[in-house]
Amino acid sequence: MDNQYADTFKEEAYELLAELESSLLELEDRPHDPELIGRVFRAMHTIKGSGAMFGFDDIAAFTHQVETAFDQVRNGKLTVSRQMIDLTLAARDQIKAMLDGVGQEGSTDAAVTAQLIAGFKELLNEEQAAVPPAETAMPQPAPAAAPADENLATYRIRFRPARNIFASGTNPVMLLNELRQLGSCRIVAQLRDVPRLGELDPESCHIFWDVILTTAASLDAIKDVFIFVEDACEIRIETLDNGANPDGGETHKKLGEILVERGDIAASDIEAVLAAQKRLGEMLVEKGMVTPTQVHSALLEQQQVKEVRRERIQQEERSRAQEAGASIRVPAEKLDVLVNLVGELVTIQARMTQTAAGRDDAELISIAEEVERLTAELRDNALNIRMLPIGTTFNKFKRLVRDLSGELGKEIEMVTEGAETELDKTVIERLNDPLVHLIRNCIDHGIEKPEAREAAGKPRQGIVRLAAVHSGDSVMLTIEDDGAGLDREAILAKAVEKGMVALTTELTDQEIDNLIFAPGFSTASKVTSVSGRGVGMDVVKRAIDALRGSIAINGRPGLGTVISIRIPLTMAIIESLLVQIGADRFLIPLSLVDECIELTRADVAAAHGRNMATVRDHLVPYIPLRRKFAIAGTVPDIEQVVITEVNGARVGFVVDRVIGEHQTVIKSLGRAFKNVESISGATILGDGSVALILDIPQLVRSVEVGECAALNTQ
Amino acid sequence: MAKVIMTADDSASIRQMVTFTLRQSGYEVVQAVDGRDALQQLGGRQVDMLITDLNMPNLDGIGLIKGARALPACRFIPIIMLTTESQDSRKQEGKAAGATGWIVKPFKPEQLLAVVKKVLG
Amino acid sequence: MSVSAITEITQYLTFKLGEEVFALDVAKVREILDFTTVTKVPQTPAYMRGVINLRGNVVPVLDLRLKFGMSATEKTVNTCVIVVEMVVEGEVMVLGVLADSVQEVIDLEPELIEPAPRIGTTINTDFILGMGKHNELFIMILDIDRVFSEGEKAAIVKTEREAVVNE
Repeated sequence: MDNQYADTFKEEAYELLAELESSLLELEDRPHDPELIGRVFRAMHTIKGSGAMFGFDDIAAFTHQVETAFDQVRNGKLTVSRQMIDLTLAARDQIKAMLDGVGQEGSTDAAVTAQLIAGFKELLNEEQAAVPPAETAMPQPAPAAAPADENLATYRIRFRPARNIFASGTNPVMLLNELRQLGSCRIVAQLRDVPRLGELDPESCHIFWDVILTTAASLDAIKDVFIFVEDACEIRIETLDNGANPDGGETHKKLGEILVERGDIAASDIEAVLAAQKRLGEMLVEKGMVTPTQVHSALLEQQQVKEVRRERIQQEERSRAQEAGASIRVPAEKLDVLVNLVGELVTIQARMTQTAAGRDDAELISIAEEVERLTAELRDNALNIRMLPIGTTFNKFKRLVRDLSGELGKEIEMVTEGAETELDKTVIERLNDPLVHLIRNCIDHGIEKPEAREAAGKPRQGIVRLAAVHSGDSVMLTIEDDGAGLDREAILAKAVEKGMVALTTELTDQEIDNLIFAPGFSTASKVTSVSGRGVGMDVVKRAIDALRGSIAINGRPGLGTVISIRIPLTMAIIESLLVQIGADRFLIPLSLVDECIELTRADVAAAHGRNMATVRDHLVPYIPLRRKFAIAGTVPDIEQVVITEVNGARVGFVVDRVIGEHQTVIKSLGRAFKNVESISGATILGDGSVALILDIPQLVRSVEVGECAALNTQ
Repeated sequence: MAKVIMTADDSASIRQMVTFTLRQSGYEVVQAVDGRDALQQLGGRQVDMLITDLNMPNLDGIGLIKGARALPACRFIPIIMLTTESQDSRKQEGKAAGATGWIVKPFKPEQLLAVVKKVLG
Repeated sequence: MSVSAITEITQYLTFKLGEEVFALDVAKVREILDFTTVTKVPQTPAYMRGVINLRGNVVPVLDLRLKFGMSATEKTVNTCVIVVEMVVEGEVMVLGVLADSVQEVIDLEPELIEPAPRIGTTINTDFILGMGKHNELFIMILDIDRVFSEGEKAAIVKTEREAVVNE
């Protein structure tokens, strides 16, 4: 039973811990913010409370210590200190480790736990530390109607509720019913104090009861019936018969048996409620205040109103159910399955459209178009479901900056922007490692020590800025620091030494900076000593490439470094342009395509061997893909140039034919082709054949570098 | 007709446990994620009983109990608060605000049902 | 993998490249397909024939004839793609290799397998695990993992050169 909720609890606890971390980091800046303190306290409180509910006793006991500390803060008995935040962050990590290790024996370090508890106790001056969760005192479930054969005792109970008992939501009839369930029971309502109707306050309780109860239940069990009302009511329990006397046992037995036979609780409860209502009416009739007809009429009205209200409640409930449906919790794998299925649907839909186009059947074509429209909508919706705000990762980085700068003796502030920017869940996950790497670099190598910064006329505290912003169908991420920037001379020297660049090559600053992404440029031990930057940058670049993104770095010596990353919103399906060269078909991501122009033989001749086309008085360099990819066959008289725009630069790609737009479900080419640079993936076309997706940014880059090389050799 | 019980708790796992337990016993359950949400929902619908946590964001349990008692439709419904052993003073505060009774965390589904039966029938 | 690794009777799938008979450990063979459309991936060595669609997955296809210094595989009625599965660095890799024709599945006892001679064959023995004898016929047992890892290295070398030279 308990463990049915364990997964929910764990999920919830992980979320709370993430929230807790960011709250703590904020609390460091605003240690007196009652809202933040409340948030921290509640997170701990919930983890403790829910943890204990679902069998995570060790977590509950440990969390209790932290909660106690923040309770003191809340009550103004303790102030938040840096030490307290350190300790709480450590405790948070320990709770997480405990959660991670659930079900694995000895997976968390008890010594760490003990040390942290000691830390909190110290914080609370020992004696303030509260005891761990104790055994609970609470009403036990009422035992079922007592077996009528042994140790029966008979009690007289006087139950005189407080006048205002209804205001606490207590229905005395329920308590009487509960007594009924304990055994055989005679209840007499005492109407002595009921005033005349004119003076009667219907919201007060004027009745009290005498109960004769014969039961096998203990005196404590009877007292438990009144546990919620004991301090507000007069309750007198006297033993009339302790069960030792067999006299009259038969009668008692019979009454008990009758109650046992009644069995069904719900039925008897309803009966009881109805009986009670009737009795009130009868009482009023007896007193001559109302006539029986009036009571009957009132009851009918009540019945009617009740039905109408019920109907309305149900109506509201239905509409509420729809509202509630706006946010439901679904395991991530289910979404992945959905997206995969949509991917398959998109593929088969493309095939249908293709087939339909091949037949001269207007009806089929119109159906195919409708299916295409619906599929596109379904695809967008399915992908949208997986979108998450990137801010969840940002918090982790705040922690990273805080911990690492502390270790390195640097003063660094982390600024984040655009935390609400949404990205596909899988993309966010795969961005994590590269971002950690880059931010680490910022802290480790970018930002100088406070003294060095002062000497350079900068504020002691360095700033690392992490920003995300939407831009078309991609997200731009910027990681910026105001540190020392890049040592371009060192980078260039290194590249020359490695034989990656000729000594004579003239490179722009931008190109020099980007050299650190080149594979094999850096190894951890060597690069730190040379450039101070670039540790494992090729790894970062590969990760970003795998996300079909692009990365660029710009180091301004003495001023800082800006790293820009562009990441597509999703990795599953893209819109692209299907083109053909010879018999081969390729795809160009539509988001990068600006326009298509024709290229005639005359145009080519007019360019005098330079791969440049003139578009509205501007020169656009182009890449003849047929030649680049060494595809055999004859060039058609009129070729097409697909002009793309990457990082502000327009570059054309010459193909034989532009077939049209295509919904492209991206498939990986796998590791056999992981080093193929101009292709970023593949897809399966409607006819079942494979088409390749061009890696446009990579192709553009290779041309840019190539042009430079060409210029240099001239 | 099934009785309608509202559970107000910022802990999803507790809400889930309360909801599941009560539904199994034939009650209808509506959920609220904090006091404010609960009060808002109570303004628009009739419930037969309220089970509320004490520590919640936006509006805590005490505030919710007070707010609910101020609604004509909720003046006499049973309200049960979920407390922890360390909150005895809060328990008194809750009673003063108009709570009918309490359940001490951690509790088992049977205990929850026993209390609901006790106050709601 | 070395010759000593082949110690128990293993079943082999035999196939022909030209007139030579080769064999693959059946444990590595997943299925055999007809040779249909292959999409060439640009800027890859010639023996990387391209990729095919295997029930929605994109699978690379190698032309072993080119690897062994023969002419490229021509498409005939007997041409097949043998789909093999291997584990590379903990990842399952699925790979197709072209064969002029698929022969049969045979048992080969370890003692009948000898190391590949360095000389005396017309083909490059780098990718040969050993020579087996079956019905008076010499069969070359293919080291498919080696074929793959060599291919991977070749691709790396190529890209690095490209990064520097640019086209």
